[in-house]
Amino acid sequence: MSTRIQSGGRLIDRSRKIGFTFNGQRLTGHPGDTLASALLGSGQVLMGRSFKYHRPRGPVGAGSEEPNALMGLGQGAHFEPNQRATVAELHDGLAATSQNHWPSLDMDVGALNAAMSRFFPAGFYYKTFMAPRSAWKHVFEPVIRKAAGLGKAPTQPDADRYEYFYAYVDVLVVGGGMAGLQAALEAGRAGARVLLLEQTAHLGGRLLSDEVEIDGQPSDIWLAAAVAELQGMDNVTIRTRMMGAGVYDHGYVTGYERLTDHLENATGPRHRLWRIRTDRIVTATGAIERPLSFAGNDVPGVMLAAALRDYVTLYGVTPGDRTVVVTNNDDAYRTAIALKLAGLEVPVILDARDAAIGPLPRQARDLGIRVEVGKGVASVKGGKKVEAVEICSQAGEGTVLETIPCDAVAMSGGWSPVVHLWSHCGGKLVWDVDQAHFRPDASRPPTDHNGAGYVITAGSASGALLSGDAMQDAAAAGRRAAAEVGFIPSEGDAPTAMAEPEEPVQPVWMMPAGASYKLRSKAFLDFQNDVKVSDVQLAAQEGFESVEHAKRYTTLGMATDQGKLSNINGLAVLADSLGTTIPQVGTTTFRPPYTPISMGAIAGEARGAIFKPTRKSPIDGWHDENDAVWEPVADWRRPYTYRRAGETTEQAVHREIRNTRTNVGLLDASTLGKILVKGPDAAKFLDLIYTNMMSSLKPGRCRYGLMCTENGFLFDDGVVVRLSEDSFLCHTTSGGSDGVHAWMEEWLQTEWWDLEVFTSNVTEQFAQVAVVGPKARQLLESLGGMDVSKEALSFMGYAEGELGGIPARVFRISFSGELSYEIGVPASYGRAFWDMLLEKGAALGVMPYGTEALHVMRAEKGFIMIGDETDGTVTPHDLALGWAVSKKKEDFIGKRALQRPDMIRADRKQLVGLATEDPATVLPDGAHAVAGVNEYGDPKTIGHVTSTYFSPTMERSIAMALIDGGAGRMGEVLEFPVGKDSVIRATVVDPVFYDKAGERQDV
Amino acid sequence: MKRYSAFAIAREAFRHHTGWERAWRSPQPKAEYDVVIVGAGGHGLATAYYLAKNHGITNVAVVEKGWLGGGNTGRNTTIIRSNYLQPSSMAIFEKSRGLYEDLSQDLNYNIMFSPRGVMMLAQTEHELRAWKRTAHANRIAGIESEMVTPQQIQEMIPIIQTAGPRYPVLGGLWQARGGSARHDAVAWGYARAASNMGVDIIQQCEVIGVDRDASGVTGIQTTKGAIRTKKLCIVVAGNSGVLADMAGFKLPVESVALQALVSEPIKPALDCVVMANTVHGYMSQSDKGEMVIGGGADSFNNYTQRGSFHHLEETVRALIETFPMVSRLKMLRHWGGIVDMTGDRSPIIGTTPVPGVFINCGWGTGGFKAIPGSGWATAEMLADGAPRALAAPFALDRFTQGRMIDESVAAAVAH
Repeated sequence: MSTRIQSGGRLIDRSRKIGFTFNGQRLTGHPGDTLASALLGSGQVLMGRSFKYHRPRGPVGAGSEEPNALMGLGQGAHFEPNQRATVAELHDGLAATSQNHWPSLDMDVGALNAAMSRFFPAGFYYKTFMAPRSAWKHVFEPVIRKAAGLGKAPTQPDADRYEYFYAYVDVLVVGGGMAGLQAALEAGRAGARVLLLEQTAHLGGRLLSDEVEIDGQPSDIWLAAAVAELQGMDNVTIRTRMMGAGVYDHGYVTGYERLTDHLENATGPRHRLWRIRTDRIVTATGAIERPLSFAGNDVPGVMLAAALRDYVTLYGVTPGDRTVVVTNNDDAYRTAIALKLAGLEVPVILDARDAAIGPLPRQARDLGIRVEVGKGVASVKGGKKVEAVEICSQAGEGTVLETIPCDAVAMSGGWSPVVHLWSHCGGKLVWDVDQAHFRPDASRPPTDHNGAGYVITAGSASGALLSGDAMQDAAAAGRRAAAEVGFIPSEGDAPTAMAEPEEPVQPVWMMPAGASYKLRSKAFLDFQNDVKVSDVQLAAQEGFESVEHAKRYTTLGMATDQGKLSNINGLAVLADSLGTTIPQVGTTTFRPPYTPISMGAIAGEARGAIFKPTRKSPIDGWHDENDAVWEPVADWRRPYTYRRAGETTEQAVHREIRNTRTNVGLLDASTLGKILVKGPDAAKFLDLIYTNMMSSLKPGRCRYGLMCTENGFLFDDGVVVRLSEDSFLCHTTSGGSDGVHAWMEEWLQTEWWDLEVFTSNVTEQFAQVAVVGPKARQLLESLGGMDVSKEALSFMGYAEGELGGIPARVFRISFSGELSYEIGVPASYGRAFWDMLLEKGAALGVMPYGTEALHVMRAEKGFIMIGDETDGTVTPHDLALGWAVSKKKEDFIGKRALQRPDMIRADRKQLVGLATEDPATVLPDGAHAVAGVNEYGDPKTIGHVTSTYFSPTMERSIAMALIDGGAGRMGEVLEFPVGKDSVIRATVVDPVFYDKAGERQDV
Repeated sequence: MKRYSAFAIAREAFRHHTGWERAWRSPQPKAEYDVVIVGAGGHGLATAYYLAKNHGITNVAVVEKGWLGGGNTGRNTTIIRSNYLQPSSMAIFEKSRGLYEDLSQDLNYNIMFSPRGVMMLAQTEHELRAWKRTAHANRIAGIESEMVTPQQIQEMIPIIQTAGPRYPVLGGLWQARGGSARHDAVAWGYARAASNMGVDIIQQCEVIGVDRDASGVTGIQTTKGAIRTKKLCIVVAGNSGVLADMAGFKLPVESVALQALVSEPIKPALDCVVMANTVHGYMSQSDKGEMVIGGGADSFNNYTQRGSFHHLEETVRALIETFPMVSRLKMLRHWGGIVDMTGDRSPIIGTTPVPGVFINCGWGTGGFKAIPGSGWATAEMLADGAPRALAAPFALDRFTQGRMIDESVAAAVAH
């Protein structure tokens, strides 16, 4: 049975015990254990249930490629599903729960699926569940959804923190095994800035399990020296528990560092996502062992041979006392030898090859282990645990020659280089016939902007599986990387690594070669998704010949291990079924990340209140202290209204409007976009950007300007102020400032780069306050300072001076129809200026107002609002703003488009006002007017409401709308169906409801 | 074609599934076809299917440079909805959604259309007004959609965070009969049914030239030889510009990478599709249990099916803001597709300056939901030689006429 053994366990500290729970049961392990090794040490091989058939599963691997042993870890706000027990480091108090079963791991009702599996071959769901139609949504799909999924969904907001980190290096080495260390040594010694990543907690990779001889000494000595040398170099950084997650264009790499998952009481961020810019990437990512495809290869206790060896050597645990080893290569003999030396039984090594004559088989035989060549596994017996192995001839059809009782099986189908990072950005692969794997084609790397390859592979990731070759390859990779980034690498001999020579692997894609359907339908390729050899064969039979079709039809390689164990075996079965070769079939696309990374790490610190940092005006504090009802406007927050005790929001808005129209109101307009445009060609540039003529604007004057897209549609507006001959201040909408600034820069940088103009977004450099109402001038005069009389500062005029001792830019513009000044002061004076206005204005009845009062007042005046009256389909002419479109200018953005036939149609939608028949009835937002029937047989809409309010000033509802040929419909009564059998009737009127002559603002 | 059914599965189960036929034939191209469709994605295959089924035109080839359904059909986030704003958009998307309702039965292939609803959140006052406007437009056009309150949203979607802190949910536009479907199955189902009616689907056959004479198109050159035809329909999404160039005309289309990602599978936690445009994220949970998440489009043109990492950051942040539990899920895989974007973000279905050459492209970020309707309308056009009511507004000349169909109100981000 699975147990802790007395020998081995170099990574664990046997002197200490730590407690953890598994499905509520209290167990113990040692510091250094993974959750998987601790469970094996506690007699627990069964660790999970598969996705489709709910078959009992134990760990098949010992690393990040694990498809079976997935657990929910943590509790409450720290719970996370689908974590690999094979990489989760044990800590005191760790709470683990197994997944995808009901009612329990041992007794899972879902396992009925397995009994019925003959009815559930690949893609069966495409062929059934079709009648009756509604049954899919209401019956079949809910059942499938419930059975699918793996771990439970987290229910609470995440209690942990995450962060980003940025790094810039010359050479990034991914992988801290022998090859990665050697490559880093070479690049580091040459002087390059090197960052070395290792996804586990330990440097050394397979050297930790499989000692070799390096320069005549045990590899542990070399390892310690290499690490010490690297740690001594200032230009080298080593990070463990950090995975190279994805390679992107131009040497951009994401690194995923797990900072606290292994700690009991963690402080600080849990994960850190590194964004690394590097000139060269050395991938020393090693190789992954392939399973063998025989019936029952998924029974708990069947493991990859090297993984089993790792458990024994690194953690001192074993899944069983009697282990049958089955292989097609020499490497797996190391497992048999390690088990034997640990005092465990190896009843037989089944070698599918015709002969086993290398030093490793010899060593095994010398230890007294029985070796059977040309043999394989017909079937593994056992349900939740291996009970026996039935032996057959590999060449045959599975006739059982002998049944050998055992409680574990170590399998090895050969090794495949980890090529993911090489492939993420387009590195190509080549099929290596001798080693039966895809390896990177060094002549076709992913390329940078200059056509140079920027990823170099090292060691077994290159396909150099033997230690001696791997060391040479890694040294060359490190030197090449250093040389390519401008350093002079060493030319001396690389260290010599020596391990036992190995005889060639012999590809075995099906065991036995002529396996019956019964065996093939129990031989698993993709463990988690329960894809069997028979499924891939069925896909081929049904014409899913492309590897992508076969993958999607069978779900091969779509599990959380993304095919790390299954893909090559699956490709081989597909190729065989189609009568073609593996390289002809090709691989599916490798996509980042290498193994799944937490969403939390991707989001970093940007969550909650700082998800998108709120832009705040310099006067924000006052609003906050004075009952502002907030409204998000782009990235800003603005007071919608200031609601006093006992008021409804609507009452507050109406109070603010009435006061502004009779006394004086204050609006914090600081969020309004302000872009400074300066230079000899500033006027020329703005003539191109705006539909209006801006070059004719005199210094000291303001002009309302419109901006159109290339398609002639209005997208932003605002007042342009000519500060001086060569400088303009362009106001934009609050939401539009960043976009407009980017728009200006795009044109300047890509089209009109010959213009001598600079632009600068000065939105946040100024606080801006609109002082609005009949008593506005009186209020400003009470501050003392510059002359704001009608004579000195007429409507649409601009002056600079001081008000109440504060430097001020004063614009006489009005968005309310009242006498109005907008005053820009340096941002740092904003609050002081606001407070001064409130203090001096108290006697005048001054009262701040919010965005809703602003909106209602502008609608009372028939002023348009970008985003309400415009929606990307509206021209200035549609809004009766044709006066702001210059006829004299040779060109401006949108000019040509505005001449297109559809843009000058007389019956385009045009802006009108609406007066409902019942003055108390307010039209709903976005209500549509209908008349007749359209080409689809639906009621024809002839327009829609764009702004609609109850006007406290007019004491009735008012609305603006865009109506087909609206300008010619004055007095017409339109019908707005607003619900079932509910129609509101409204008369088309002039959109200017209040002060049509415009007398109030020009006083 | 042997029909698929539970009975057929049971029958095959007892003979080791040896009786299943190929889902579609794998023919060599004939010398000439009445219609050649370039591109065996959803739109091209649906076009071929409706040409055969509705118009009796079966001497049709669909040529595909890769494998069928391997472009955007096989890499999108499978959202189906029709609650658009403009009448011409509503018409074609609702036609499409309606066809999806019965598509499994029509094709005898379970495409798993699942009308579990689409929720479009309003997180600013402006967005709220826009959705209200859309709801009015939908109701008048006979499309079932309705405004719902934050309380209703919270009840329908327990994992959502409606209370901010940054962008509280102010309401939502809910289309109960929107949802999702299994994207590969849509391509496979159309391919199987079309092939069964005589349409030749020719994979691994890249078009390398378009032949024309004074009267118009005469055929195409492919990697599997020349094929003559008088009617050529280009349905190749991100590669539309390349094919148009071969045919001799220009398109107002830009090709950019759009990204998507999935989480590891978890037990059911989200029933409907949720779109949060203000924060730029949308998410649904597949039947397999993966959270399917749509990302943003790059702002530069390219043909690599990847994309910039910062879009993923933006998307994942938005999702965590909307669904805090997402923080403790893991990203399994992210990928990109090449989308063909027009100036008004609406598709092009129409004739071209080259007689006999027709185009269907420009679906941008929202083409999957349109597959049946688009195929239906394009088949009408190919049968008649000119578009009917569904396709007519989407003619290529709208860009020179200024007759844009701008959905920017209803689809501020990828849809």
